[in-house]
Amino acid sequence: MAAHPKQDFIQPASFAFDADSMVQVDKHIAKYPAGRQASAVLPLLDLAQRQMGRTTGSAWVSVAAMDEIGRILDMPPIRVYEVATFYLMFNMAPVGKFHLQLCTTTPCWLRGSDDIVQACRDVTGIKGWKENSADGLFTMTEVECVGACVNAPILQVNDDFYEDMDSERTRALLESLKRGVVPKFGSMTGRQASAPDGGPITLLFEKAE
Amino acid sequence: MVKVTVDGIDVEIPAGSNVLQACEAAGKEIPRFCYHERLSVAGNCRMCLVEIEKAPPKPFASCAYPVADGMVVHTDSPMVRKARRGVMEFLLINHPLDCPICDQGGECDLQDQAVGYGDDHSRYLEPKRAVTDKNLGPLVKTVMTRCIQCTRCIRFSTEIAGVSELGATARGETMEIGTYVEKALTSELSGNLIDICPVGALTSKPYAFVARPWELKKTDSVDVLDAVGANIRVDSRGPDVLRVLPRLNEDVNEEWLADKSRFSIDGLKRRRLDSCWVRRDGKLARASWQEGFDAIAAKMAGMAGDRMGAVAGDLADAESMLALKDLFAALGSTNLDCRQDGAALDASRRDFYSFNTSIAGIEEADAILLIGTNPRREAPLLNARIRKAIVANRTKVAAIGVPADLTYKVEWLGDAPALLADNSFITTLKATKRPMLIIGQGALRRADGAAILAAAWKLAAETGMLTADWHGFNVLHTAASRVGALDLGFATGKTLDKMLGGGVDLLWLLGADEFDTAKIGASTFVIYQGHHGDAGAARADVILPGAAYTEKDGTYVNTEGRVQRGQLAVFPPGEAREDWKIIRAFSGIIGKTLPYDTIGALRARMEQVNPVFARLDILPRFGCTDMAGPTASGTIGTESFTPAIVNYYMTDSISRASPTMAECTAAAAPVLLAAE
Repeated sequence: MAAHPKQDFIQPASFAFDADSMVQVDKHIAKYPAGRQASAVLPLLDLAQRQMGRTTGSAWVSVAAMDEIGRILDMPPIRVYEVATFYLMFNMAPVGKFHLQLCTTTPCWLRGSDDIVQACRDVTGIKGWKENSADGLFTMTEVECVGACVNAPILQVNDDFYEDMDSERTRALLESLKRGVVPKFGSMTGRQASAPDGGPITLLFEKAE
Repeated sequence: MVKVTVDGIDVEIPAGSNVLQACEAAGKEIPRFCYHERLSVAGNCRMCLVEIEKAPPKPFASCAYPVADGMVVHTDSPMVRKARRGVMEFLLINHPLDCPICDQGGECDLQDQAVGYGDDHSRYLEPKRAVTDKNLGPLVKTVMTRCIQCTRCIRFSTEIAGVSELGATARGETMEIGTYVEKALTSELSGNLIDICPVGALTSKPYAFVARPWELKKTDSVDVLDAVGANIRVDSRGPDVLRVLPRLNEDVNEEWLADKSRFSIDGLKRRRLDSCWVRRDGKLARASWQEGFDAIAAKMAGMAGDRMGAVAGDLADAESMLALKDLFAALGSTNLDCRQDGAALDASRRDFYSFNTSIAGIEEADAILLIGTNPRREAPLLNARIRKAIVANRTKVAAIGVPADLTYKVEWLGDAPALLADNSFITTLKATKRPMLIIGQGALRRADGAAILAAAWKLAAETGMLTADWHGFNVLHTAASRVGALDLGFATGKTLDKMLGGGVDLLWLLGADEFDTAKIGASTFVIYQGHHGDAGAARADVILPGAAYTEKDGTYVNTEGRVQRGQLAVFPPGEAREDWKIIRAFSGIIGKTLPYDTIGALRARMEQVNPVFARLDILPRFGCTDMAGPTASGTIGTESFTPAIVNYYMTDSISRASPTMAECTAAAAPVLLAAE
């Protein structure tokens, strides 16, 4: 990940929060005392990214969007750039419609994240990290622990966790996404949340009368 | 006060100080990169580690740890040494080993401290990090791989310069210092980033690969490119001035220097006048000193004193102005003027034309009214003081003039002169204890300047700015020579306006280029004595090559009225000579020999003319007991105020000749260049 992503894409000339976002913007700013409105920079960046996703199909934060946030919050633009680039969940370059965030930290890796990565590469044709597929549908990003190790390995697509993945399930998921069908997130083995694989194994007795 | 023991030495320092300051008070040098006494504490380089007794057994970053009574500090224990070695090893992991080609070499904090705490070899075998260089404009060169991320530059630009343009983007291994989007720095104080950078990441672009610090001859001097009178050190090698650095003076420039003063020195080698020129048949031709003097003497012969006039330029030293004044007195002329812009300055009392509060005194003010001035362009260092006062004391600032970004919050009252008599800020001024106003040349150089000056004084008197222990009336000058000239009485007889258009038959320009020379009467004989072939020289009939401020010993009086002396760093080029000597030599030719042969004798004469010249470097502050204001003449017009300086980077013959300043102009204001 480079601080200054390769600018081989076009930065939109302008950005404005739409009516839907504006409601949220006002709500977030109102949370903080007067003069401390800069505290709302993180939620506003998130709103900007989501609005970009909603309107252009690519959820990222452009320089114009950061400048606009600086203007709204009365912050010098560089202060917004600093925050936005610090947090890895803000995309500083256009991403695909489905942002594949692959956890390769130890628990996921032990549970076979390498296979998931390979499956993603095979299906999407993406070679490196932070790259977009030719059809513009996918972006692959390597992430650190997403905090769902019990259900490792994890493939996060946009906001949702697809858990207990393996190579086949990954292929099926991606093919489905290609068709435009977004399967339900959660464990792919059908287990309930993080309950033991194959059903409950403790506290099986009947509740005492 | 708390008592702290540092390496067995007891020191008493104010509570709230940090351990590093206690160590310095005990005379112990603490290595540091990120800590800077004028910036906020970051505590991120970890080089200033010390050991503190009866505290958790770990090294403490002394810059960020407050002192406590009875604290016992060790700055040279085995633990401290080991800790600092460790820090140094980490810092050097990603620092390139390129000292031989680095411009910071010889004056690099990292280099110096690596001598003390560095190992003789590296244990690091992995690939080093490389960072893309940033383009920060024509002044600051970056080699970002050398950056150790102390964040001094970010803190300076945000806190002192007040222009938030630098930041640290991304995080961890990928963290970079920069502007994120490519842009040139817009601060007039950006050159100071070069000084505060402890490594070679930010270096001077014009000075890149020019010289090593140990090759340079260092001469203490005074800056003349604005009226602040910043203390400078001129670094030269042979006949060339290679760079200018600030010199510490808490009362004037602290340790900063404005960009024009620092970078326009390449103008000292261009468009120079290095021999006499005499106009023959409408064309200027090179001549000897004798021929030049003879031409003037021939013209002067028989001319009435009243038909001669002299104008002092903005860069003139007090010595040459006095010599010229005495020469003209001997010739029977009192037609002297130093106000090229026509500013209606009242020379009858010193506090009518000086910055009485003093620059350091700005920090004591609690409300400031700016009148027709943009201090950011006219005196960036003074502007930084105003900003400092605002940050430290929440000083309120309002302004009458053209709205501009002054790097701090200003209440813009409007740009009509009528606001002087009545505006919404007056209540604030009256309510505060130490209010002050700053009136700029933009307000005084108008036709109604005298009336505006009087109105400003009246406002000062009415709002409690003039008391026995506080003088809040301030004139901000843009010319380094102006206050000195007024102190010497170089504003008598015909004004420049009256000398133009044939008002005199002989006009002696002492480096005067800042007025419209086309207005000089066609038959007026013009003598230009100066160092650059600028507007004045183009119109001259005789050119006498003088010395620039780095080439002569000279006395300058800054806008506060502080008398300071610059020294000769290099000799004037070619046939050029120190200005007072030229005038003294000429006086001998026409048989009106001036009574001083040495600069010492001339300075004794200066003290005789005005005793303030005896008070070198010191500025006593006076309150104001005499409320009588400057003489008002005429009424205040309705025309809006206009800025005194449009292009900060080019205001005088030196900066106009400087390619670096031309680049800055192009980078900062392409519009300005197109208009020229």
